[in-house]
Amino acid sequence: QHGRVKIKTTAQQEEEKRKEREKKLKIYVAARDACFSKRNEGIWDDEALQLTQQLLSSNPDFATLWNYRREILIDKDEVQKIYEAELSFTESCLKVNPKSYGSWHHRGWVSARLPRPDWARELTLCDRCLSLDDRNFHCWDYRRMVVKMSGVPVDQELAFTDRLIGSNFSNYSSWHYRSTLLPLLHPESPEPPSPCQQLLKEYELVQNAFFTDPNDQSAWFYYRWLLGRGMSIEMISCVYVNRDEERVAVAFSRPVNAQSVGLFLVLDGQPQRVEWRSVHPRFKQSPVWICNLPPGTISDITNERNLTVHWTEKHTHRDCALYTGRTESWCRDSATDQELFRSELSVEKTSVLQSELQSVKQLQELEPLNKWCLLTIILLMRALDPLGYEQEMLAHFRTLKEVDSMRSAYYSDLCSKFMIENTILKMEYAEVRVFSISDKNLTTLCHLDQLLLVTHINLSSNHLQRLPPQFAMLQCLEVLEADNNAIENLEGVYHLPKLEEVLLKNNKISTLADLQTLASCPKLKRLDLRGNPVTQTANVESELAELLPSVTDLLL
Amino acid sequence: RGALDLPHGSVVAAACSRVGQRVLHVDRRSYYAANWASFTFNALLTWIQEHQAESLSEEVQDRSSLVEEGEELIYLSGSDSASISNLQVFCYISEEAEEEEEPPNTTEEEEAAQEQGEEPEADQPQPSAPPSQSEPTRKKISYTQLEKEGRRFNIDLVSKLMYSRGSLVDLLIKSNVSRYAEFKNVTRILTYRHGSVEQVPCSRADVFASRQLSVVEKRKLMRFLTSCVEETEEHQAYNGRPFLEFLREQQLGDNLQHFLLHSIAMVTEDTLTEVGLTSTRHFLRCLGRYGNTPFLFPVYGLGEIPQCFCRMSAVFGGIYCLRHSVSCLIVDKDSNRCKAVIDSRGQRISCSHFVVEDGFVGADRRVTTPTRLLSRAVLITDASVLPGDSEQQVSLVTVPPTDGRPAVNMVELSPSTMTCIPGTYLVHLTCQSVGSAYEDLSPVVTRMFCTAECQDQENRPAVLWCLYFNMADGSGVEPEGHDLPSNVYVCSGPDGALGHEHAIKQAESIFLKILPEEEFCPPAPNPEDIIYDGENTSPTSTGEEEGLTAAGGEGEEKQQEQQEEETSLQPEE
Repeated sequence: QHGRVKIKTTAQQEEEKRKEREKKLKIYVAARDACFSKRNEGIWDDEALQLTQQLLSSNPDFATLWNYRREILIDKDEVQKIYEAELSFTESCLKVNPKSYGSWHHRGWVSARLPRPDWARELTLCDRCLSLDDRNFHCWDYRRMVVKMSGVPVDQELAFTDRLIGSNFSNYSSWHYRSTLLPLLHPESPEPPSPCQQLLKEYELVQNAFFTDPNDQSAWFYYRWLLGRGMSIEMISCVYVNRDEERVAVAFSRPVNAQSVGLFLVLDGQPQRVEWRSVHPRFKQSPVWICNLPPGTISDITNERNLTVHWTEKHTHRDCALYTGRTESWCRDSATDQELFRSELSVEKTSVLQSELQSVKQLQELEPLNKWCLLTIILLMRALDPLGYEQEMLAHFRTLKEVDSMRSAYYSDLCSKFMIENTILKMEYAEVRVFSISDKNLTTLCHLDQLLLVTHINLSSNHLQRLPPQFAMLQCLEVLEADNNAIENLEGVYHLPKLEEVLLKNNKISTLADLQTLASCPKLKRLDLRGNPVTQTANVESELAELLPSVTDLLL
Repeated sequence: RGALDLPHGSVVAAACSRVGQRVLHVDRRSYYAANWASFTFNALLTWIQEHQAESLSEEVQDRSSLVEEGEELIYLSGSDSASISNLQVFCYISEEAEEEEEPPNTTEEEEAAQEQGEEPEADQPQPSAPPSQSEPTRKKISYTQLEKEGRRFNIDLVSKLMYSRGSLVDLLIKSNVSRYAEFKNVTRILTYRHGSVEQVPCSRADVFASRQLSVVEKRKLMRFLTSCVEETEEHQAYNGRPFLEFLREQQLGDNLQHFLLHSIAMVTEDTLTEVGLTSTRHFLRCLGRYGNTPFLFPVYGLGEIPQCFCRMSAVFGGIYCLRHSVSCLIVDKDSNRCKAVIDSRGQRISCSHFVVEDGFVGADRRVTTPTRLLSRAVLITDASVLPGDSEQQVSLVTVPPTDGRPAVNMVELSPSTMTCIPGTYLVHLTCQSVGSAYEDLSPVVTRMFCTAECQDQENRPAVLWCLYFNMADGSGVEPEGHDLPSNVYVCSGPDGALGHEHAIKQAESIFLKILPEEEFCPPAPNPEDIIYDGENTSPTSTGEEEGLTAAGGEGEEKQQEQQEEETSLQPEE
């Protein structure tokens, strides 16, 4: 048609672009080679600066060239002027690639060496970058450096996170930054007074976020951080001594390596040379360590003995008296004394937690199927009254598994953990050494260090698949009931010196090798293996008799 | 090939030129785009004067001498003055800036009363502003200053916003016309409620930051908005029933109901649910593309938009003639097609298609439709209706209907939009007419602003100057069915809706009638891809900057192309 503007065809354009690219590549390669040869020859001149600038401005991720540039710059005079030019150069590189490692690093290097740095300008640059991409971690890093170097006051930084969270609250970086600033602004006093205004304001802020969008994780994580600031004290939580076996077991509040933390045993004022070992060879770090006293030191039942275990690294110790006529003794702080399972979430006052629970429950009424909401309710309930809320907790876990079926195994494990905690609490209130948790849908075992003194354990009718190495912490165990599970592995039934009875009816033990560890328990007399695949093995009876000679009562 | 007589004719003109049609674009006025135009303050004063004088119609000249055999004449109306009526101007500031403060006296009220009593036609375009009319407490800008800096105003006759996923924005991007203009985000949406102005939380960030909503309301609002995005069976169950009823049954509470009805769906209480939901969905789809509200506004005013399309048309060979009008059409009797037009100077110009604004079609040839009017007010004020952190807010304010008065859309522009001078705000009010513009809108103005009569000058912004007028509502004009040749196309003036859907849809349909085979506004090529006369193969390298590119830049290029759509219409922030 006449008068119509003619436009190049796609092929023509492609061809032109290809030629253009070829030409650019040629220039690029030539400049690169020139740079390399100059550097090899040890020439650090202005031409090299120009060449590297040319290359870096189109490809700012060429680390070698940045290095070369720094080699040249480091010897320059008139630093202020040249380095300022460097700043505007890196700025142009950041426009090419705002996430260029090389450019940000170079900028940091230059800024740190600038005689008269303009930090305000740098902060503005960061703000601009973050407004374009509030998750640019390079910029976050650089900004942290700028803030540190220029000493921006903490409250000003907090206001900065206010701004970022205000424009988009789905931003882990901002929330996290906040969590590092608040403790600086409000250092925790040893005696926590009534909750400070700032904290209440934080609760309000984060509630606004999760009410606005309960599916956004970042706010929930921040909320968990706000609530969960309880810290358990590091200490020796239990010392147990057994006269017959001349054995001492020590439990710590966290896993340690007893061989390296300076653990000393003093018996009646006499330091003892003992060999500490963890309950299972798998553990280098363990909350429970055992040792044998030299033969004969405590075997005389008519003597009273006083033990002290020192944890020199932490300047703490625990005494334990073994009285006349007693075969065993212990000294400990129980989980209930320590409020162990509550401090995991929070040290907040009950009234604050109660009002938080009310708010989150309000959200749950509106969003009955929101997993973050349900999970947070469970945690708050546990912090308030773990036994009182047990039924509600179980109901919420059932909902969670339905609405978030991809994580149902995680919820099962978490629920197991909470049920074990509850059972430990019940056991301690009852002051017994029997731990019974049958038919509770357990999928995993945990807190086994708390069961050091337990003599009878009943794990029947759960969904356990193994007795893990940690199970070896049950140093006083005599009877193990674990019928009707799916156990196929007995790794943790290892060197339990008092174990006499093992009931494993209807489990999934399939080979004799799986029973191997039982041979390390010297007092094992009764073993029930009915309903396990292993009973189908040829010559099972004679094989077992050979493997476990102490067993007199074998049920197959 | 075609002769054009505006207004969103400019879009048709650009579309036709772009695909190689020869376009002649004539306008009787000294500016483009008729009622779509923007004016400086001084030009607006002239426009006001012209419209008040326009009653004397032009003499119709006999052009029958130019008619050949087998042809007949259709005379066009000489002016479209009927589209503007009830002009009223008020000025609340003194002529000169004064140092001394004078107590307000009674003459002030008398003046105002007198002005209101006058017939609109007799109203002075620049009412004398005697010193007595001044407001002592807030007198900063004088009338003289407005006139002196008048060139820095860009006052639109229509007041609209661009939905960021509306058909205008899509068209600007698709056609590359967006390169001729810049845009600002509307930064917030406000509503007038219980006698005060409140911010409407509409984006996620707004809801999060809102101080007036409880956390439960926040959740309810977010959940409602999320549920609106997709049509559900629950929604369908309300088809045919009022939207308000649907909202009530969502248990949202009065606050949220007000926001949703008036500021998000922007519908009335008796709007049907399906319409309300469609409108809500459109609003939501437009959120977050360029900012926290669904709207953009062109820097330098809406008048930029037709200008951009004219520029595009001119780039592709369109010819433009201002102060030049078509007085009649020459129609071939046999084919009933318009063969040529005769301009105001008696010149015969052949054409194959003719596009004309409805105002120029003689009443005898128009389908008579009941004339609907829009009521408009333009205010220059000294402060924002809701002062915030920033003084550069661009706000949409929805004023719900009250006592039989229609809902009013108000757009408050800050100087950042380059439509008013620093220290002032330009406020546009628009509603469907019930009475005259003054009757419809002055109650809203007196409630929200401080005019001469008001006593408590503390909280409300003062009106420095204002203009009321009525404008024909373009949505009331039938584009089809007029008694006109088949190749004459009528386009309507501006409609009262907030967006541009009506105008763009009409422009596209006219284009498709003229050129059914062609694409409507295909992307304009980059200048370097255009082949100039006699040039067959690729031109020599244009000597572009010898920039360096890392090898393997192909992937990057692809990415850039993908980004193009978003960045080419980048709101300036």
